[in-house]
Amino acid sequence: MSTTTESTNTPGSTTTTQNGTTTENGTSFAPASETLGAVLAPGTRPPRPSALSASLTFGWRAMLKIKHVPEQLFDVTAFPIMMTLMFTYLFGGALAGSPTEYLQFLLPGIMVTSVVMITMYTGVEVNKDIEKGVFDRFRTLPIWRPSTMVGYLLGDAFRYTMAATVILVVGLVLGFRPQGGVAGVLGAIALLVAFSFAFSWIWTMFGLLLRSEKSVMGVSMLVLFPLTFLSNVYVDPQTMPGWLQAFVGVNPISHLVSAARSLMAGSPDTGEITWVLVCGAVSIAVFGALTMRLYNRK
Amino acid sequence: MRDLAVETSGLVKIFGKNRAVDGLDLAVPAGTVYGVLGPNGAGKTTAVKMLATLLRPDGGEARVFGHDVLREPDAVRSRVSLTGQYASVDEEMTGMENLVLLGRLLGHRRAAARDRAMRLLEAFGLTEAAGRQVKTYSGGMRRRLDIAASILNTPDLLFLDEPTTGLDPRSRNQVWDIVRIVVAHGTTVLLTTQYLDEADRLAGRIAVIDHGKVIAEGTPGELKSSVGSGSVHVRLRDAARRPEAERVLARELNTPVQLEADPVALTTRISGQDADAGAERASRALAALAASGIVVDDFSLGQPSLDEVFLALTGAPPGERGPARTDHPATGRNAQEEAA
Repeated sequence: MSTTTESTNTPGSTTTTQNGTTTENGTSFAPASETLGAVLAPGTRPPRPSALSASLTFGWRAMLKIKHVPEQLFDVTAFPIMMTLMFTYLFGGALAGSPTEYLQFLLPGIMVTSVVMITMYTGVEVNKDIEKGVFDRFRTLPIWRPSTMVGYLLGDAFRYTMAATVILVVGLVLGFRPQGGVAGVLGAIALLVAFSFAFSWIWTMFGLLLRSEKSVMGVSMLVLFPLTFLSNVYVDPQTMPGWLQAFVGVNPISHLVSAARSLMAGSPDTGEITWVLVCGAVSIAVFGALTMRLYNRK
Repeated sequence: MRDLAVETSGLVKIFGKNRAVDGLDLAVPAGTVYGVLGPNGAGKTTAVKMLATLLRPDGGEARVFGHDVLREPDAVRSRVSLTGQYASVDEEMTGMENLVLLGRLLGHRRAAARDRAMRLLEAFGLTEAAGRQVKTYSGGMRRRLDIAASILNTPDLLFLDEPTTGLDPRSRNQVWDIVRIVVAHGTTVLLTTQYLDEADRLAGRIAVIDHGKVIAEGTPGELKSSVGSGSVHVRLRDAARRPEAERVLARELNTPVQLEADPVALTTRISGQDADAGAERASRALAALAASGIVVDDFSLGQPSLDEVFLALTGAPPGERGPARTDHPATGRNAQEEAA
């Protein structure tokens, strides 16, 4: 086989169809009919992958991206640590007498806030990818159409889990003592990651809809700030004016926080948990459908 | 007609006010290289994207191996591959990872996908670069990886959208060789290009498109003879003799002669069935100039360029009729790409 490789740039290897002059390293390659022909096999195709298999493959792609660009994990490590420390010491003394006291109340909420805020990177990532040709290739594959998007979200679920874990560790170090034990805490994290996965479809939609990364970021902030701050994360809503209490009451983040608190406290509130799960299902149904519509039309 | 790889009739795609593809009729025979030749903004990429199920047509019909692109997109997708104008590989991943990812998505099991990836990397001379991120690859290497990805499952129809634009001559030749080998093994190739030379070397038939329509179609030979087999450029020693030279050339070649900005230069086109006849007539014209005592300093006989093809077919150079167009303005990223 006469394949020539990058380093073996010998005169013998440049007997190519193209005038055989000295070559720049890395281009001394002559397509050979035998080697190339051997890998061409018209008509032989494996069966198309299942929806699950295609989604997991795209999830693997997301993990490879994390491997190649580990810096991107900064926002699931440093950002949550900063959030936890900042709010614990900023409000702790004033609101609960001491930071440790406040942390018992704050930690489930700050965990929800941080993870939900991180979901916006999904939209940014989708938006960055569609600018590239690789997206066209995915869209010409005979695979289950939503698997590309599910793959992003599977990779992101890993990131959410990591952020939640980081916050939990910081909390435990600072004196957070959940009554619900290991099971309660894991249950709360699982619910949070599941909700974030469902909620992220709003970002895949915006990622496909908006023209630039910057506008995706802008819209994300516009949605996320009111959603996370106008909630029961930081203080008990009872001191808020009535109209605000009404908003906080319907804000899905408040319900998620209540559910997570109840799980971590060892007294799961089935009503809140159901609310969160229904909310997640609606989010997938609405924003998932819109995402796929945009994806097919793009 | 079972033996058509692609068949379109009256295909239309509109972006806002721009009719990017405006009633395109194509019939691509299976098992050949078919060239779609046209300038930037002629609608080549838009047409290919519709055929590859990436864009929905706004009118007309398109079938790939008999499957309608709108009604049976998955049947089309399972038989085609697209190598886009801008590398359809993931820059942050390695060459190996790119191919394994696609192998998995095409239904290969893990081990089979790895094995297939390694064999393809070897066949495309990328073994050494397999473990490197694609962003470190040269343009030619990237393009090879891209084509390797496109034939991971050997498609029945391969779309190559301007496969050599931006490549150095060596890489361009490599791509040409690859195309010849791929088509020899039974895959139909639909190639878009801005270069007549490229279409001429590779394609069995060529459709020339402009403003979203086919303006000429045929074998490279037919196309060139319809245009004239080449242009004749003459430079005289004495500018004063130019009017006389113009008359001689017009008489001998029976074609309109164009006076260049340079006061000693003239250009004309020779029509004829093949290049040999053209050369013969050009040399007679040269002899006639000499017989009239006109001194010729420089003389050249060139293949018709794409500009000349357009001039002959439309009466105007590309882009001079109506506003400049881009191939796919909907994505909002074309201005700089087209300019690049």
